[in-house]
Amino acid sequence: MYKVKADKLKEVVTNVLNDVDLVIGYKQGFDAVHATPHFITSADQIDGLVWNPLCVHNLTTYLPALKMKKIGVIVKGCDSRTIVQFIQEGLVTRENLVIIGIPCTGVISVNKVLKETSRELLEEIVFDDSGNVTAVTGKGRKTLPLAELSPDKCRTCQYPTPLVYDHLVGDPVKSDKVPEGVYADIKEFEGKTLEERMKYWEQEFDRCIRCYACRNACPMCICQDNCIAESRDPHWMTQKMTLTEKFMFHMIHALHLAGRCVECGECERVCPMGIPVNKLKKKINQEMKELFDYEPGVSLDDKPPMFMFNVDELKIKEHKI
Amino acid sequence: MAETGFLPKDKINGFLEALGKDSLVYMPVLEGDTIIFRPFSPEKNLCLDRPANSPPKSVIFPQSDVLFSYRYEKETDDPKKVSVKIESHTDYPKAVIFGCRPCDVMGFTVYDRVYIEANGPDTYYKERRDKTAIITLSCPVPSAGCFCTALGGGPANREGSDVLMTGLEKGFFFEPVSEKGKAMLSAPGMEDGARYMQEAQNKQQDAYNAVKKPFPSVSHTELSRKRFDLNEFWQQAVSKCVSCGACTFLCPTCYCFNFTDEQTLESGERIRSWDACMFYHFTLETSGHNPRPTRFERYRNRVGHKFLFYPEKYNGVIACSGCGRCIRYCPVSVDISEIVSQLRSPE
Repeated sequence: MYKVKADKLKEVVTNVLNDVDLVIGYKQGFDAVHATPHFITSADQIDGLVWNPLCVHNLTTYLPALKMKKIGVIVKGCDSRTIVQFIQEGLVTRENLVIIGIPCTGVISVNKVLKETSRELLEEIVFDDSGNVTAVTGKGRKTLPLAELSPDKCRTCQYPTPLVYDHLVGDPVKSDKVPEGVYADIKEFEGKTLEERMKYWEQEFDRCIRCYACRNACPMCICQDNCIAESRDPHWMTQKMTLTEKFMFHMIHALHLAGRCVECGECERVCPMGIPVNKLKKKINQEMKELFDYEPGVSLDDKPPMFMFNVDELKIKEHKI
Repeated sequence: MAETGFLPKDKINGFLEALGKDSLVYMPVLEGDTIIFRPFSPEKNLCLDRPANSPPKSVIFPQSDVLFSYRYEKETDDPKKVSVKIESHTDYPKAVIFGCRPCDVMGFTVYDRVYIEANGPDTYYKERRDKTAIITLSCPVPSAGCFCTALGGGPANREGSDVLMTGLEKGFFFEPVSEKGKAMLSAPGMEDGARYMQEAQNKQQDAYNAVKKPFPSVSHTELSRKRFDLNEFWQQAVSKCVSCGACTFLCPTCYCFNFTDEQTLESGERIRSWDACMFYHFTLETSGHNPRPTRFERYRNRVGHKFLFYPEKYNGVIACSGCGRCIRYCPVSVDISEIVSQLRSPE
């Protein structure tokens, strides 16, 4: 299945490459369990393209910086939401994009695979058509259903088929996950007391090394080189490694994504210190959904709530004089 | 007196507790799925299974370090005059790093040349370095991305450590490297290591053979300067880089820093904090000009510093220990060993 799709994908990319400056896809990375973004500018690079559950990255993160170029980009359902949000916010020019969508049946979490294989060096990983993953290490083989090795976002995925595309590689896939499940983890977390939650976040953020991988991998983090985390003017944050500063950075990251975060989970995937930073963003998205009945990146006709103003908001009680 | 030691597994806590009597002991601790160096306590989950996510470099070279604090004070008899009171912060405790890996220690030897030997001692660094003892664990198996042997190191490299430990079935074999290390052989619970020496040597050799070599070995003179200077090479190699600081902050050999005054109304602190050449602000000049405005230029600098500029200055020593963290934890799997291989292959 993956092989067939990959071959079809190569065909599509070969055609698309005639009309664009660059196609961004995936190729095999440094070991068996990592893919890596593949920037294709010439036909001889097309053969390196891969498509399988290792293709975890949200490649749209490169698009705003390449706004002036004509780009072909490969997207999964979840990634396509980013493009919808980009278009809503004017961060990309639709005419400059050729979107190659792939209906997705789930990707893997590298960390989950490593845990299941006792972090032995992986020699090979095989994805079969029945949805199983076989990981081969020097100590043996282990086969598990892909669903068990998927990142949390796949387990509640509502949009496996890209919402916007110019080419679709493979047949559309329908989600079999209930919409109520999306914020189940947040609701469960909210069952804890304030003190418990505070303690949890203090422990998690204490590990933060302020490397800003979460920020730089985030497609919606667009301040980038002008981030308040490093800026001296305004001087809102110090360069000290205190918990307060780490908290401040992550809170600002989360708040800047209110009604913008497409929940691709890249921030959490890339954190080298294993901090569950996506939880904060999901919490804020859940609030936005309740307040404004808005879900980021799902419809080109929507206007993000933070980009408009209504005198009377339906669910916000104003103080009337 | 015995020349080597053996510490049974169940004696580790006692050993660390004894070290803790006059030193601050740091050890790798498992928190969730992440291993991080933390001050010792018997309740914490000591984890020697694999290298820590972040090396223990901050023990000797803290990520943010208060160099001094200052306070502006008005003079009582003439309020127009303001004086500055400065207080230095250089009173560091003795420390021990337990369970460091050889590649992590190599980082300190890279810093030593810069902060102690070449430029006159940096007191903040030297004080801590002198007061810290390093107990290194030889790596039993390589992790994904490891390539220490290609850079002249190895899973049982002793350079920079005070003791090298090798994990055996029933405990740890101790080989002292320095005087500080020899003193540890008389620690409580320590046995004579002589009869474990062969087993340890076999383990070390097996580990050495298991590390992958992306290139046979490398010297800075073998890298193509022409290709290094070519913008197209870097655009091709690292256009995927997202320019975060994960590689730099997790790197045991990266030592660049920034100074900032973190001030409130009338008092403040001058701090030194890690900086990363991957960040836009790293080379941003006051005028607004930035000599390295693009991501590929910044990544080129990272490779250049480690594989060309540092060796040119310090007798050919390459400032990369091959720990593989920048490969393992890179958000987009940029592989520095692959890039160096490409720079090395004939033009």
